[in-house]
Amino acid sequence: MTQTIVSRRVAAPRKIVQGVPMPSWPMRAFKGFVLLVFCAVVIVPFVGVISTSVAPNKQINESGGLVLLPRSVSFAAYESLFAGGVVTRALFVSIFVTVVGTLLSLTVSCLLAYALSRPGFVAGRLILLVVLFSMLFSPGIIPLYLTVKGVGLLDSIWALIVPTMVSAFNVVVLRAFFMNLPNEITESARIDGAGELKTFTYIVLPLSKAVLSVIGLFYAVAYWNAFFSALLYLNDSKLWPLQLVLRTYVINDAQLGSAELGTERLPPQASIQMAILVISIVPILLVYPFLQRHFAKGVLTGAVKG
Amino acid sequence: MLQRASKRPQQQLSLWRRLLRDRVLLLFALPGTALIIAFHYVPLLGNVIAFKDYQPFLGITGSDWSGWENFSVIFNGDPAFLRALKNTLILTSLQSIFVFPAPILLALLLNSLFSERIKRIAQSILYLPHFMSWVIVVALFQQMLGGSGLLNNYLRSHDLATLNIIGNSELFHVLLTSQIIWKDTGWATILFLAALSQIDSQLYEAASVDGATRMRQLWHVTLPGLRGIIILLFILRLGDSLTVGFEQIILQQQAVGRDVSEVLDTYVYNNGVLGGAWGIAAAVGLVKGIVGVILVLTANKVAHIFGEQGVYSR
Repeated sequence: MTQTIVSRRVAAPRKIVQGVPMPSWPMRAFKGFVLLVFCAVVIVPFVGVISTSVAPNKQINESGGLVLLPRSVSFAAYESLFAGGVVTRALFVSIFVTVVGTLLSLTVSCLLAYALSRPGFVAGRLILLVVLFSMLFSPGIIPLYLTVKGVGLLDSIWALIVPTMVSAFNVVVLRAFFMNLPNEITESARIDGAGELKTFTYIVLPLSKAVLSVIGLFYAVAYWNAFFSALLYLNDSKLWPLQLVLRTYVINDAQLGSAELGTERLPPQASIQMAILVISIVPILLVYPFLQRHFAKGVLTGAVKG
Repeated sequence: MLQRASKRPQQQLSLWRRLLRDRVLLLFALPGTALIIAFHYVPLLGNVIAFKDYQPFLGITGSDWSGWENFSVIFNGDPAFLRALKNTLILTSLQSIFVFPAPILLALLLNSLFSERIKRIAQSILYLPHFMSWVIVVALFQQMLGGSGLLNNYLRSHDLATLNIIGNSELFHVLLTSQIIWKDTGWATILFLAALSQIDSQLYEAASVDGATRMRQLWHVTLPGLRGIIILLFILRLGDSLTVGFEQIILQQQAVGRDVSEVLDTYVYNNGVLGGAWGIAAAVGLVKGIVGVILVLTANKVAHIFGEQGVYSR
């Protein structure tokens, strides 16, 4: 009994309501256990994949496929992937689409959101309706495919960028953020003779670094992960991004030989497959800490102001 | 000078002058609006091919009208269509029953933690799978539960019977559901946690002064505080109830066969883009889209009747 009271006192500065009894010890242990299981279920697959990609040949064969703790580390699988074959090319495609796509998306979305955030903008209501209404329905796979075909983007790398360049949701989030900027700042810029373009680039954008990085990362993750648009619009396997390579050689288990990899030294298939997986996971793991710092805020702004 | 003085009533300027005044902003809005129109609204018009006997070499305008003929698969109950509909309905009910409540429970668990640090660490771990593509999620599940995956290797090394999970058509719907739970439960807690932090702490104090146990507080304070967001998200879920995960399913369709894995979206893709039955596929897609919009509007109406805010208020 005293134990619970003491621990509550210690925890008092946090958001804890006085008078609410602490849960009993069995309950707390149970919760801890559930949480631990949840977290383990999320983490173990990643650990297994990363370990297997660097594990020695012999250990993989002994374990029958997946290794949780490698006995030694070798990067042979990665060397063969970066030797200039299918995977290297797919990696470049993915990087191009992600970098160029994100820059274009951010530029176009910010310009649109800024215009929509200006009070009294003549077409503001109309365009906002166009943006919002587009969230209510999806146009359907077939008409979308025919449109992309009609614009001549089929079997072009731009098919991975242009159709998904503007996300209505992100525009709404950006607009909400721009609207929250103090009006006096933009007003004073105008009095000093700055036009809309100057106000936007020198006043509004520097003040919006936080939201820009969140939305930019959202876009980047979406481009990096895009699988459907590549499947739908690209027949030419030379243009495949990493996700399609992943599907073909990991999920569907197609053989990756020296012809595909462009190298003679072939590590075991399992470690190659895991290495491809790791290559597609790692960029997200790298941006994840940044993403995490802001994303709750970003998501909530959109949800509240939407 | 054309100034945007806020004091001056808008009506005094003619439309033309206002357009001229806002020309830079119009230019700003142009590319984004054009893209949304081109890839959301123009394809919407493209749905007319549902009423046409579409031939790719003739184009949309060149193809002949065929009335409601393409819709006959729906109205006459073509077996392949019914199969897709059935799987879709099964999956959407599984998702409503198991996927929808999962983040609520997890959010309650996270919210009841006393240590902020543990909570934060757990959150960073649990949010992570949301950012993985479906290709990665499916591959990870294969590595864990597949024939030579971690689970079966463990069972084999302990001389136990192996479990056939991946590629087992009987378990396919369960597998799909658990993949969604693995990927998105953590992330979906964000909105619930935000709603939980909005609940007035005085309510808890008052409840405990009145002698309410933690269970009763959960029932009488916490859950009512979540009601709005739960209804809102459920409405959105309803609107999406005919969309059960295209990427996820198409990735695994080969392994289990179409009998259990064909859903409306894959039906449209397989028959239209792969099979060349453009008109029929578009007809099914169109009906699916319309039913979706009707579902959202109806659910929203129902929410209003029960005195909730819903997605939009008027």
